[in-house]
Amino acid sequence: MNIIDSVLVAVAVMTLGAAFIGAVLGWASARFRVEGNPLVDKIESALPQTQCGQCGFPGCRAYAEAISSGAPINLCPPGGEAGARKLADLLGREIPVSGVVEKPPQVAEIDEASCIGCTLCIQACPVDAIVGAAKQLHTVVGSICTGCERCAASCPAECIRMRTIPETIDNWKWKPPVFEIRRFA
Amino acid sequence: MLRKLFRFKGGVEPVTHKSASAQAPIGKHPLPSQLILPLHQNVGARAIPCVRVGETVLKGQRIGAADGWISAAVHAPTSGKVLAIEDRLATHPSGLSTLSVIIEPDGLDTWIERRPLDYATLAPDEVRKALRDAGIVGLGGAVFPTHAKLSAAKSTAMEFVVINGAECEPFVTCDDLLMRERAEDIVHGASIFRDLLEPRRVLIGIEDNKPEAAVAMRRAVETLGFDFEVVVVPTRYPTGAAKQLIRVLTGKEIPSTRRSPEMGVQCFNVGTAYSTWRFVAFGEPLISRIVTLTGNVKIAGNWETLIGTPFGEFVAIGCPKPDTGGFLMGGPMMGFEIPGLSAPVVKACNCVIVAATPLFPPPRPEMPCIRCGACAHVCPHELQPFELYRFSRAKKFDKTIKLSIDECIECGCCAYVCPSRIPLVRYFRFAKSEIAARRKETEKAAATRFRIEGRKKRDERMKAEKAERLQKATAKTSGAGDADATKRALIEAAVERARLQRETQAAKNAETAGNRETALEKNPAVRPNDVAG
Repeated sequence: MNIIDSVLVAVAVMTLGAAFIGAVLGWASARFRVEGNPLVDKIESALPQTQCGQCGFPGCRAYAEAISSGAPINLCPPGGEAGARKLADLLGREIPVSGVVEKPPQVAEIDEASCIGCTLCIQACPVDAIVGAAKQLHTVVGSICTGCERCAASCPAECIRMRTIPETIDNWKWKPPVFEIRRFA
Repeated sequence: MLRKLFRFKGGVEPVTHKSASAQAPIGKHPLPSQLILPLHQNVGARAIPCVRVGETVLKGQRIGAADGWISAAVHAPTSGKVLAIEDRLATHPSGLSTLSVIIEPDGLDTWIERRPLDYATLAPDEVRKALRDAGIVGLGGAVFPTHAKLSAAKSTAMEFVVINGAECEPFVTCDDLLMRERAEDIVHGASIFRDLLEPRRVLIGIEDNKPEAAVAMRRAVETLGFDFEVVVVPTRYPTGAAKQLIRVLTGKEIPSTRRSPEMGVQCFNVGTAYSTWRFVAFGEPLISRIVTLTGNVKIAGNWETLIGTPFGEFVAIGCPKPDTGGFLMGGPMMGFEIPGLSAPVVKACNCVIVAATPLFPPPRPEMPCIRCGACAHVCPHELQPFELYRFSRAKKFDKTIKLSIDECIECGCCAYVCPSRIPLVRYFRFAKSEIAARRKETEKAAATRFRIEGRKKRDERMKAEKAERLQKATAKTSGAGDADATKRALIEAAVERARLQRETQAAKNAETAGNRETALEKNPAVRPNDVAG
């Protein structure tokens, strides 16, 4: 076998191999195609689902999509530092040095004296946490309310206030130990 | 026959300090001037108040009804008047307040009608319900509703019921004294647990530093003729923790992901067995318990104390010495500092230690962890506290979960041996409560997402229905369904409507104008310049 032949054989083997692998890859990409972006789902499940839009995107899903295409991960105040950390772990990114705006959890509260029963807040609530009917007093179901403030913006009588959820025995958390350095110096 | 005992890994042997409070028999604590009864004295849902302010209640009357299955009722410990139902300082490390019923005793101590439970003829579920309404909870300190523990798993046959008389915490002697003095009642109570769970064997575990209690219990078992086995186990902290005692007596290891009945074991404290029997045989709900008072006091001992007695009045009986620095509830290993003396004795309170500097020197500064591994040697659950500490401190809670922080029982062995004096358990409690809060948040987020998706679907459906209705209506008016004709008909209808509206409006305006004119006649200062037409 002369040298030209062996070169030809090598070229042929490589070409055939490439064609075969290309065909398999092409078939696999069509066969195992994933609809949508699975990362967006993962990011969304790490967001607090308040649907408040305080990140500047319309809802948690939209923010999740934005994060997957590069938006910063520290824009979610209800999630706070813990939420940003979760996203950072998930995406292998660093939390931006500007830190995270924390917001204590809150619920909406309707001032019963001034509610006019217009049902606008009921329509604005993304989680159906407000019950009531036209010309009837409305009220917020506190355990469902996510504190997104959308109802407060929609109320023409300005009778919806946001109330920070107070610390009770049921939601109290142990604090990490703190030692006063000065005392022992 | 001598039972083969097993060993759990780790554990420590702190000085027990038990003798001071174990000398005198159980005393009866006098009636306090006021009783504060928190409605949440159990694991699970808070009881619902079922008395009114100003109402007169009798001893043993239910004042808080159980809310759901994992809940327990609360009863008036004496007769008197309900002064208030309000938030009061809770017996809780947070120092926050909780909804409580305040009772002013009338001094008569009149019992409500007591009816023994006819448990031999009642259905087991009725007995469980009665125990729930009698407010019986685990008195070892965890206050889990007892009735909820009295069902065997469907998949596994019940092998052992373990009665826990180990009492491994230093200083605490309330179970010891209870076993010495009221052994027969405890054995009777254990027989009720046996009847409901039908185990192969009932084991009563007692640490070998309580020989009198073991003798009394053996004698009681013999006198009553039960085939229960009193097993003396070596003294080693934390043998009294349910999982450790089960391990020592039966060799079974229960992971945090499973409940002990699934492994064929259930464990009850001796105090729980006692109060169960008091209720079944005498109709007395859980209104008092034995509490150890010890430490820096002139008179240490055990007192049968009404639930709801303020700590201030409770500790007064022991005459705390003047150099007292604070009050601990529970033992020194797992207890916490009482947030204030106005907080009441609750069902979970087994011991009050009056603290003073020589007994409990102030915590010295925490030094860096040198990763010596002493904590890992003593951890009864074979965890790696030094790793858990590192990640808890850095708030990397996912890593702590991977290292099984859920298995940690907060026994305090690791902190006890730590040469760097790191309060490890505090860090683990912090991490665990953060993890619990996050789990709750994740659950809520999932529920919220479900609601949002539901709403979206509903909106779409309503839109589609509306469109359909409109289409139907237009189809009706147009008859043949000619699109142009429909449109024309619609336009004509609209024009007609508008005309009608204009006419009625004009008529109305004319009327108003007429009114205005009459008004003008009466009062010429009003100018009708704003009336159109």
